[in-house]
This record gives sequence, C-alpha cells and structure tokens, in this order.
Amino acid sequence: MQVAIIKYNSGNVFSVQNALNRIGVDSIITDNKRQIENADRIIFPGVGHAASAMQYLQERDLDTIIKNLLQPVLGICLGMQLMCAHSEEGDTSGLGIFDANVKKFASPLLKVPQVGWNDIENCRSVLFEGLKEHEYMYYVHGYYAVISQHTCAQTTYILPYSAALHSGNFYAVQFHPEKSGRAGEKLLKNFIERT
Amino acid sequence: MLCKRIIPCLDIKDGRTVKGINFENIVDAGDPVELALLYSGQGADELVLLDITATVEKRKTFAELVKNVAARINIPFTVGGGICSVEDVAVLLESGADKVSVNSAAFKDPGLLVHLKDNFGSQCIVLAIDTKCEPDGEWYVYLNGGRTKTDIKAIDWAKQAVALGAGEILLTSMNNDGTKNGFALDIVAQLSNHLPVPVIASGGAGNMQHFSDVFLKSNADAALAASIFHYKETGIAELKRYLHMQRIPVRL
Repeated sequence: MQVAIIKYNSGNVFSVQNALNRIGVDSIITDNKRQIENADRIIFPGVGHAASAMQYLQERDLDTIIKNLLQPVLGICLGMQLMCAHSEEGDTSGLGIFDANVKKFASPLLKVPQVGWNDIENCRSVLFEGLKEHEYMYYVHGYYAVISQHTCAQTTYILPYSAALHSGNFYAVQFHPEKSGRAGEKLLKNFIERT
Repeated sequence: MLCKRIIPCLDIKDGRTVKGINFENIVDAGDPVELALLYSGQGADELVLLDITATVEKRKTFAELVKNVAARINIPFTVGGGICSVEDVAVLLESGADKVSVNSAAFKDPGLLVHLKDNFGSQCIVLAIDTKCEPDGEWYVYLNGGRTKTDIKAIDWAKQAVALGAGEILLTSMNNDGTKNGFALDIVAQLSNHLPVPVIASGGAGNMQHFSDVFLKSNADAALAASIFHYKETGIAELKRYLHMQRIPVRL
C-alpha cells in the first residue's frame, strides 16, 4: 500500500503523516505527478487560504491531476473546500469534484472561525464504520461547504453544513481526523482499509 | 454542538514539566511526553506546552520535544515561550505544533502579529496575555513572565491584537494563578463577551466547580489548568462528566 500526501503551500502535511504513522501506515509527502498518480491512496490536506492554495496547485498542474485520479482520494479541511465547485474565500473556483459551494460563516453571536470539537451526524459512508453517531471531531474553519447531494455527514455550527462529502472515489472531511483523537485515527484507518 | 475545551498546560524547563506558584517557586512535575500522552488518553481536548527557559540554546531542545509530542499525541497542541519572530514560529510549526502562543514580543512589536497572520494564518496564532488587577480595579497587561507592569489594560490590548491578527486569546490572571481559588471571572467575562475570537481562561483552577463557574458565568471557550491535573487532584474524565451533568457541552 502506497499512500501519498499531496505537498503544497499549506501547513499540516506533517500532522497527517504523523497520524498515519500512529496507525502503522507508511506515506510519502510529494507534489510529484508520477508519485501521486501511482499511489494507492491519496490524501489532500490543507490549512490556509483557498485562493493562494488554488493558484499553487494550478501552477504545478496539480489541479488537473487531482480531479482525474481514479484511486481513493481523501480531502481534509481546505483540501475538501478546494474539491468543491466554488469558494467565497478569495472568490475562487475549485476543482469541481463536488457539486457544492463553500461559504463564509456569518453570525453576530457565534465566533468565527469555529475552533474546537463538534459532533457529526447523519453519517453514511464507509469512512464512519465503527464510529458512533454524534462522534466528536476537531474543527478549525471559517468557511463551510453547504449541504448537497454529496453530503455524507453533517455538523451544526450557526447552521447545518457538510462535515463530509463523498462522490465515487473522492471522499472529503471538513474536520481534522489527524487531530481528532482515536475517532479521527479510526476514520483514517477506514479510508486506507475500506475504500 | 461546539464543545467547551479542557486544556492541560505543561510548563517546560530543561525538558521537564515544572510548576510554580504565582509564577515563582518552581517544582518538577514529570516527563512532558508521558504527561501529554496521559492527558490526551484521558480526554483532554488540546494541550499547551510553554517553554519557560526559552534561551537560544534550549530552544533546539524544545523543538525536539515538540517533534516527539507531535509524533505521539492525536489531539491539537499549542506551544509558546519566548517566541520573538516569524522564524521562531516557522520552526515550531514545522516541528508539528498546531498553534503558537506569543506574549511579550507581540506587545513590544504588534507588527509581529501581522507578519505571523500573513505567513501562517490567524488560526494558529494565540496571543497570551498575563494580567493583574490593580488597586484601581482595572486589569493591566504584564510582560516578561509577569515581572514587568505596563499601563495598558488587558481588554484594550486584546482588541488591538485581534484586529492585527491574533486568532485566539489565552488570558492568565496573575492574581489567581497558583491560588486554586477559581478563575478570574470578571476579566474572563469581559474579554470573552467582547472579542470575536475564542478566549481561553487560565489561572486559579482548584476544583471542578471552578470550571463550571467559568463556563456558566462567562463566554470562555476553553479553560486551562496545570497543577490540578499534574498532581492528579482532578482527573480530566471525571471533570468532563461533572461538566456534562451541569449541561455544559463537553466532548465525552
């Protein structure tokens, strides 16, 4: 099993690799086209700004490579948002893998970004096998993907939004499984073993 | 529902966890990696590691410790202590820290917050404020580990820092720190009600009711404590069950 973590101008690639190490899975961090295309599983992480991340991907043709992958792909946080059709962050077009838009949280009462642990519900994907309904996951985000036909789990903060998306070989989660304790490690294990 | 966070804090000196009272009288409290693992296993929502030596040569030791912690724990953690520059932050984030906390250096040069935000994003920039209530009833900012008083009020500095780029505030009351008499509810409420970013209350936790008080009587998003956890006076799982019984949203 070869797992590739896509390297780009964004943090947390090492956190994902650490989490995979903890569940006994070797991985490489790479932006090399061939290594990505030849991997069995691909993780597309991300923390940062949508517009600058998209620009980085486009400059390296990674945008085309990612959307044409046929093996299981897992987007995390900004990675998930970039797999959507459009993001309000920098008014950026995404990869269009998921037919959903990304919007900014707006509330006079609640703090933005959302930082901390929130629960997931209506979970319907192999990613969540063995996890209980209302499991808590760790989030840090100011933008969210709206509920769509691809939503396979949801969380409520200000309003219900997509905690996870699934379409064919593409999976994505808004929370950080690499920082979500044992539940997050279980989800990563499911992605490696069950997709 | 978004949960209130319980955050054990580890003060690190020469690679060991230590604990002082009112910022002084430091005693040993164990191996940081083992403590970090113990706390994450018990249900801590996040950890804070503060390097209280923070000299140039000890910095490298601390970065190594950060790598070890990042490899072994599965929850987010913040590191701080003597951070002065974009380069300091880059080293710690590359070592695997999720967030960094800055204190005196940001006060002396608020532009640092702008540089940190532009380089790394506000989500990983925690501004730590040490504050003390003076006889005039106002809470002032103290620097350099509580040794230097300033004439600036905590609320004013916090508002400015958030406008510049701080994504979270870690507020320590020096009047309460180490006393085990409870959190400083008034200043925590003042900041958490008026800031658009999360506020972590710190200083004074002595029993479980102190945690429910700070969550019920302020808008604090998280509560941080050290000795109450280090000396096993209160278990994290026990504390979270107690808060859950008080209808405070916590991750169980």
